[in-house]
Amino acid sequence: MTARIGVVTFPGTLDDRDTQRAVRLAGAEPVALWHRDKDLRQVDAVVLPGGFSYGDYLRAGAISRFSPMMETIIEQAKGGMPVLGICNGFQVLTEAHLLPGAMLRNTGLHFVCRDQRLRVETSGTAWTGDFTAGQEISIPLKNIDGRYTADPRTLDELEAEGRVVFRYAAGPVADGYGNPNGSLRDIAGISNAAGNVVGLMPHPEHAVESLIGTGRRDGLAFFTSVLKGLVSV
Amino acid sequence: MARVVVDVMLKPEILDPQGQAVQRALPRLGYTGISDVRQGKRFELEVDGPVDDAALARIREMAETFLANTVIEDFNVKVES
Repeated sequence: MTARIGVVTFPGTLDDRDTQRAVRLAGAEPVALWHRDKDLRQVDAVVLPGGFSYGDYLRAGAISRFSPMMETIIEQAKGGMPVLGICNGFQVLTEAHLLPGAMLRNTGLHFVCRDQRLRVETSGTAWTGDFTAGQEISIPLKNIDGRYTADPRTLDELEAEGRVVFRYAAGPVADGYGNPNGSLRDIAGISNAAGNVVGLMPHPEHAVESLIGTGRRDGLAFFTSVLKGLVSV
Repeated sequence: MARVVVDVMLKPEILDPQGQAVQRALPRLGYTGISDVRQGKRFELEVDGPVDDAALARIREMAETFLANTVIEDFNVKVES
């Protein structure tokens, strides 16, 4: 049976269609989910895509976090369902306290849009099993509120428990280099303690075809990773 | 009707590049002697009925769970006469 992966659309979401396409290219069935519904339509995993849900009013992700769909997702995520938050989706996950910390305005105050080099720090999450730890990838980054922040104790905890999943990496200029936004400890993505919930600012769903971006399709492994986990269950 | 004001500010230890940009612009405009600027948010809530302890407790809960993100922000609730 084909795995079903839900993609949530909030008012102001931009990347739901690209995410559905990425899910299909990885070999799963994308299922459109609407923020005002509660029913997850029997999906096996959920992606919260990027964009500007509710216009980023109040704080990015702050209003979406209280949608009926998010109430269901929070409950299921605590029960182990794989959830990936990309960009605005990552912001929603921190606002929902499924992931620790918060996102702030980039230190340079600019919207940054470029290919970004990342180091995958762990393959031990539901969304990174098809990578190897230490592997470097390049996928698009596009945001203005991408500066990851948490208090020092939380940061130490994340590092000690292997929950820093992606770090901004130095590399060739063409690939995007270094920390783009002042994120503490170069953190680009993290996971919860169980490893089923992952959030990151860069966009794997925009790097799944050879014609687009760097052409290396580095984003596809996010989606194939979660499929393997679902099949082996 | 009474008005309750909720002020939300970034915590002191959190870098505020927007406030810094404002501060750096001040000397160019002829405003000297301002060594630091931090930017925050102000919410003005028009409350139906009396602002008693129960109403204030609800507003504090609202501020803590929604108006402010206490990971990065502090808030202050005050009643305006």
